Amino acid sequence: MTTPPGARLLVGRWDDASLTDKLLEPVQRPAPASRAVLLVTGLGAAMLFATMGYVFVTGIGVFGNNIPVAWGFPIINFVWWIGIGHAGTFISAILLLLEQPWRSSLNRIAEGMTLFAVMQAGLYPILHLGRPWFAYWLVPYPSTMSMWPQFMSALTWDMAAISTYFTISLLFWYQGLVPDLAAARDRAQSDRARRIYGLFALGWRNSAWHWRHWRRSQLLLAGLATPLVLSVHSIVSMDFATSKLPGWHSMIFPPYFVAGAIFSGFAMVLTLVIPLRRLYRLKAVLTPRHLDLLAKLTLVTSLVVSYSYASEFFIAWYGGVEYEKYTLLTERPFGPYATGFWIMIVCNVFVPQLLWSRRVRASTVALWVISILVNVGMWFERFVLIVTSQRADFLPSSFGEYTPSLIDWMVFAGTISFFLFLFTLLIRFVPFVPIAENKEQLH
Amino acid sequence: MRRGLMAEFQGPDALAAAIRALRDEGYRRLDAYLPLPHRAVEEALALPKSPLAWFVLGGGLLGATVAYVGMWWTNAVDYPLNIGSRPAHAMPAFIPITFELTVLFAGLAAFFGWAWLCRLPRLWHPVFEIEGFERASIDGYFLAVDARDPRYAADVSMRRLTALGARRVLRVGEEAPA
Repeated sequence: MTTPPGARLLVGRWDDASLTDKLLEPVQRPAPASRAVLLVTGLGAAMLFATMGYVFVTGIGVFGNNIPVAWGFPIINFVWWIGIGHAGTFISAILLLLEQPWRSSLNRIAEGMTLFAVMQAGLYPILHLGRPWFAYWLVPYPSTMSMWPQFMSALTWDMAAISTYFTISLLFWYQGLVPDLAAARDRAQSDRARRIYGLFALGWRNSAWHWRHWRRSQLLLAGLATPLVLSVHSIVSMDFATSKLPGWHSMIFPPYFVAGAIFSGFAMVLTLVIPLRRLYRLKAVLTPRHLDLLAKLTLVTSLVVSYSYASEFFIAWYGGVEYEKYTLLTERPFGPYATGFWIMIVCNVFVPQLLWSRRVRASTVALWVISILVNVGMWFERFVLIVTSQRADFLPSSFGEYTPSLIDWMVFAGTISFFLFLFTLLIRFVPFVPIAENKEQLH
Repeated sequence: MRRGLMAEFQGPDALAAAIRALRDEGYRRLDAYLPLPHRAVEEALALPKSPLAWFVLGGGLLGATVAYVGMWWTNAVDYPLNIGSRPAHAMPAFIPITFELTVLFAGLAAFFGWAWLCRLPRLWHPVFEIEGFERASIDGYFLAVDARDPRYAADVSMRRLTALGARRVLRVGEEAPA
């Protein structure tokens, strides 16, 4: 098969001005649908905050989790959301260091996805605290109680990991955006837009000096964000691995969590990008080649995840610990939550194998469906992991069951809405395909 | 640049060529404004290496120190808790947060160091008064000659820029407040 049109990263004939205008078009002439999407997702976000208010007032007894399944939805969804963020950092940071030009169309969408996913993730540990109004106790400050946080607790590690991850992602994303905000300022059609973009552009004036420091700083921030891709989910996995529960107390957890995180993140990028390029007619900059590369990386990470599953089962059998054997070889595949387990296996191991086919990778519909299935599969992975290990551990007398409550579902649906709401705001007000970096490809 | 000349060129290559020519003639206070980072232009201007990496190194070391010393002092000195006879100075448990704060402080240094080196935020600048300068973020390639340049002579420099292929040359800062 001949590779051209599909192999190019920028399709068509462009010059600096026409490319700028094309990439600013979504901001200057928003799609009519964006208002409706903002309304619907905004209502969903309002439901989230109302439900959170209800949880704060009544206490977290309204969630379905209890002893023995003390973690339930809050931690399932926390892990799911924070995992999604990782592919954004992978695309924006690691691919910058590797000088992969195809990242330049995708990095801002992916990094925005990271920010918003981390925001959703960050809500959950606070909700799960029991007394969320004391969340600030995790911060070491000289209090009148003369007490300090206990840094041997994984909860304090989580707080450091997530707040660092969010801050670095935000700075990296915003700094990359500054020159494009300046372009939006200079192309603004109204005085108000010019002032607002001008404010956020910080007075950027495109001097060669500015560009030199900017490039250097972006590279350094990419270098700093790169270890975060590995460290944040490793630390999250230590919340599990430092406990003794069967199925959790395992050496494989850090790499296994990181692989799953990047896998689900690539799927989420595909889920978001495919409708976006169609809606805003951005096929010139978000080309079939971009989707093809994303699909291949989804396949690669799926294989890593599949290997991790295989390794978990093998070690459970080979290690011979009866509790491990029971959890992994009986409880998960045949226990009361076996449906979730088999959804996970089908969606994460088998469905991505379709991506070996070039025809599947070239079909946006197929890719989109696969990406949704991977998102579902990765959610069930966390569900199975968290629920089965706690539900039945060492003492049969303390075995229990877990059913999420309506409030659990409302908070989860609310975070999805809030995520989409923030993402739509990004699409509406920010040039979401980097302008300067795509112009570099013209010269 | 507060006062001087601003010349617009066709593209990055013409801009870089003009900068090289002027530098060969002894001009030293030159700057370029262009809509994308461009290595040839930066090399022509002979811009020194950005010192940002040193800021980041400093930030990282500071973060590591603050984190480790802070955890050691709070958990092992000021308020030690005996949890199953584990040592209060728990080195392995302090590693994750030390790592995270190293990255955090280094990243803050990269961002705020960049803003400081670029003297941002600075919402108004004399160059913004130049007619057509807004194209510098779209498709304008500008070369600025500062009036403090040793070789600067308004009329001569202006003719020289035109000879080098500038589309137009403008005087900057004559009436703008200094």
